[in-house]
Amino acid sequence: MLRARLRRSIRFTALATTVTLIAAACGSGSSATAATENTLDGAAAEIFSGECAAATETEITIYSGRDEELVGPVLDAFECSSGISVVTNFGDPTDLALTLVEEGDRTPADVFLSKSPGSVGFLQNEGFLQTLDDDLLGLVSDENTAANGTWVGITGRQRVLVYNTELVDAGDLPESVFDLTDERFRGQVAIPATNGSFQDWFTVFRSQEGDDVAAQWLADMVANDAIVTESNRPTVDAVGRGEYSFGLVNHYYNFQQAEALGDDHQALNHNFAADDIGSLVIVTAAGITSSSDNVDEAQQLIEFMLSEASQTYFTTDSLEFPLGSGVSPADVLPSLDDSGSDFDVAFDDLGNGLEETIAIIEDSGIFG
Amino acid sequence: MIRPSRTGASPPLLRLLAVLASIVLAGPAIYLLIRNFTADADPVNLLISDQTLGPLRRTLILAVLVSISTAALGTGLAWLTTRTDLPGRRVWRVLLVLPLVYPTFLGAAALVRTLNPGGLVNDALANIGVDRTPTLQGLWGAWLVLTLLTYPYVFLPVAARFSQLPGSIEQSARLLGDSSWRVFQRLVLPQAFGSIAAGTLLVFLYTISDFGAVAIVRYDTLTRSIETNQLNRPVALALSLILLLLAAVVVLAERYAQRRRQTTTTSIRSDRAVMIPLGRLRPLVLLATGITTLLGLVAPLAAVLEWSIRGLAGGREVRLDTGQVAALTWNTVWVSTVAAVLTVLLVLPIAMLYGRYRSRAGAIGNAVAISTFALPGILVALAGTFFINQSDWTFATFHNTLGILLFAYMIRFAALAMGTTLLAVKAVPDRLRDAAETLGVSGIKRFVSIDAPLMMPGLLAAGGLVLLSTMKELPISLLLSPFEFETLATRIFGTFSEAFVTEAGLMALTLVLFSFLATWLLVIRPSES
Repeated sequence: MLRARLRRSIRFTALATTVTLIAAACGSGSSATAATENTLDGAAAEIFSGECAAATETEITIYSGRDEELVGPVLDAFECSSGISVVTNFGDPTDLALTLVEEGDRTPADVFLSKSPGSVGFLQNEGFLQTLDDDLLGLVSDENTAANGTWVGITGRQRVLVYNTELVDAGDLPESVFDLTDERFRGQVAIPATNGSFQDWFTVFRSQEGDDVAAQWLADMVANDAIVTESNRPTVDAVGRGEYSFGLVNHYYNFQQAEALGDDHQALNHNFAADDIGSLVIVTAAGITSSSDNVDEAQQLIEFMLSEASQTYFTTDSLEFPLGSGVSPADVLPSLDDSGSDFDVAFDDLGNGLEETIAIIEDSGIFG
Repeated sequence: MIRPSRTGASPPLLRLLAVLASIVLAGPAIYLLIRNFTADADPVNLLISDQTLGPLRRTLILAVLVSISTAALGTGLAWLTTRTDLPGRRVWRVLLVLPLVYPTFLGAAALVRTLNPGGLVNDALANIGVDRTPTLQGLWGAWLVLTLLTYPYVFLPVAARFSQLPGSIEQSARLLGDSSWRVFQRLVLPQAFGSIAAGTLLVFLYTISDFGAVAIVRYDTLTRSIETNQLNRPVALALSLILLLLAAVVVLAERYAQRRRQTTTTSIRSDRAVMIPLGRLRPLVLLATGITTLLGLVAPLAAVLEWSIRGLAGGREVRLDTGQVAALTWNTVWVSTVAAVLTVLLVLPIAMLYGRYRSRAGAIGNAVAISTFALPGILVALAGTFFINQSDWTFATFHNTLGILLFAYMIRFAALAMGTTLLAVKAVPDRLRDAAETLGVSGIKRFVSIDAPLMMPGLLAAGGLVLLSTMKELPISLLLSPFEFETLATRIFGTFSEAFVTEAGLMALTLVLFSFLATWLLVIRPSES
């Protein structure tokens, strides 16, 4: 009896210790963004350091396909500076877009924020986005907005070749994505073909180089035993371990992974030549729903995301390419002039072209 | 007065409840049919196209292999931890359930991180001269990962069944000189056949619906086609319908197999089960149990720890605070517990109608509930939105409320509760109920005083499965919960997909810890007392 109780208390102590350890581990990096008194703290304070405006009655709802860690501080800063409260619904951008279409005109969403153009293009095709104000569209360069004005780019993520530094000699890195079909890359290059950002990139590839060239490149990659993966993060993880040498991914993930894992992650990003289609910058995009009753406030929120303070935060904190207010990319990023931002990209093709893109990818035999 | 026979008329209230529950459970299937029609989808032509046949064939091969291995592993481990003198069996009974708590996208990624080339195991083995560990990929990679993450679907209900069986049969058989293996094969196994089949069916359906694990190990299945075509609605909808039909066929096949093999015996544990001594086999058995836990629980945990610890040690600012984690944990625990209780209550009328009265309505409800498990969670969430969007009033009342969230969880996980609940219903001996009836005890009172206590271990196992699955559930939690109501799983998904692996790791540790507590407090302890 006593022994049983003792054993139980030992077990309880062990559990309690573990709980405390986890709690302490989390506590050590406290970065609460909640408004204390009347100003912000943490990352949100870097964006807006003034005193918070008096709260208004207005409330807007944002469906965000980008994670809270990345956009949370910007939304907090907007609430504080404008007095408009923001209701958030975070999730996978594709899932959120499908939900919004199912909700139809009754959707509470005012703003839709996406990780890549695919899901905003889909919403635009389905008629769920309204044309944005010219002033708002003017905040970013033309190639980073929808031609029909239904969405605007917020930040950019560049396509890169992530490579394992142990397995690959930096001198052997290719200048063009077309080089990857060479024999020397056989069985070494991973393509996240199921992933939205790859599909969006491939759609632009088609519009720039033509369907024949794009389909041929993909067929050559398949013939060269390209490795099919599901999405960016696991691809970067596997390259960092040396499971295979290369991955065609967005630039952003390698930075996060390296920061978290340190020496254990042995991978770097490689940029193809600036004019190579492999160096394309894919935008994260925002639009306003057709059914929104708070268009002015929604517009204010998007303007706020494109403000100098927010854009600076996006590039310094989450290492993405700023698209508005003339902010320069963070030091670790290549300057936009050297990278592919000068493509005459018709991002509008992305929505319409997605079905065709998927069909070409399926037909390429890449999925076996 | 002539009493209605067991297979005769069922109480009207029970019938009403069961029919209502079945209608609710049919929601996703009805939605899918409507949308296939409105989106002009063409499932028939798609089914016979090469684009579909290849992935469909691979889906089937994988599901069959995983079913076979989980049936063997889950049953073996259940027997070892309930009927033998395996050292530390109470601890094993909790630990062996835990691989279920990893959301598959995370569990598979963590397993791969630990076992694949360049991972922790590779680093450790490098010291003894192993350069490169084999890569988990393709069919065998998917098979191993899914076996390790899903065998608890068999283990949990079968262990519950074993611990209910009277020890006397084994005792007599052994006194008559049968060996342990023969006793197991001839007496114990047939008694548990229903549980094993039900658990294995869940594994099969889970495997055909899984995308997280097969994507990580790069095995191309039907769910990959669905995922690739998400924004290409007609194709995704048609493929989902094919998945549902496949599930229905398998569910009916299992039922046919069960019917041909009516082995369920009514039994109550009237004595302590005899613990079979393992004798010389003890070290070997202990090793097998240990390896399963090492691979299914510890290997993913090692990667989760690596993510957490390296991020903390690297001095990087961690974007989480204790208050946040506590709030997420509380949300996760209470919403999952409520969902588990409600799910068991939802399936209970169907299980009673089907299991006790052999009613056709019960049979249909049962098949609908189980088949729905093969549908990706996103479809259940979209179906929920579709149905509440039929009028202003329903939309305003239910849109992103706890009500719709719990409904969706119940529909998504009814299958997990169904099999075990059904067996619990059948385990109540008719003679006891007859005796009570003869003594004039009323229906409701009979249920409370006789059925409920006898069914309790089974119902707890059923609720336990739902609880653990809800704790890690993703698409429904993301899409239908009240705005800004977050759970550990939704934050793990958000942070992990943006490569904030430290934050994801810390929250995953919390999830594993609380799942451990929940399993122990709500499933293991009550079933032992």
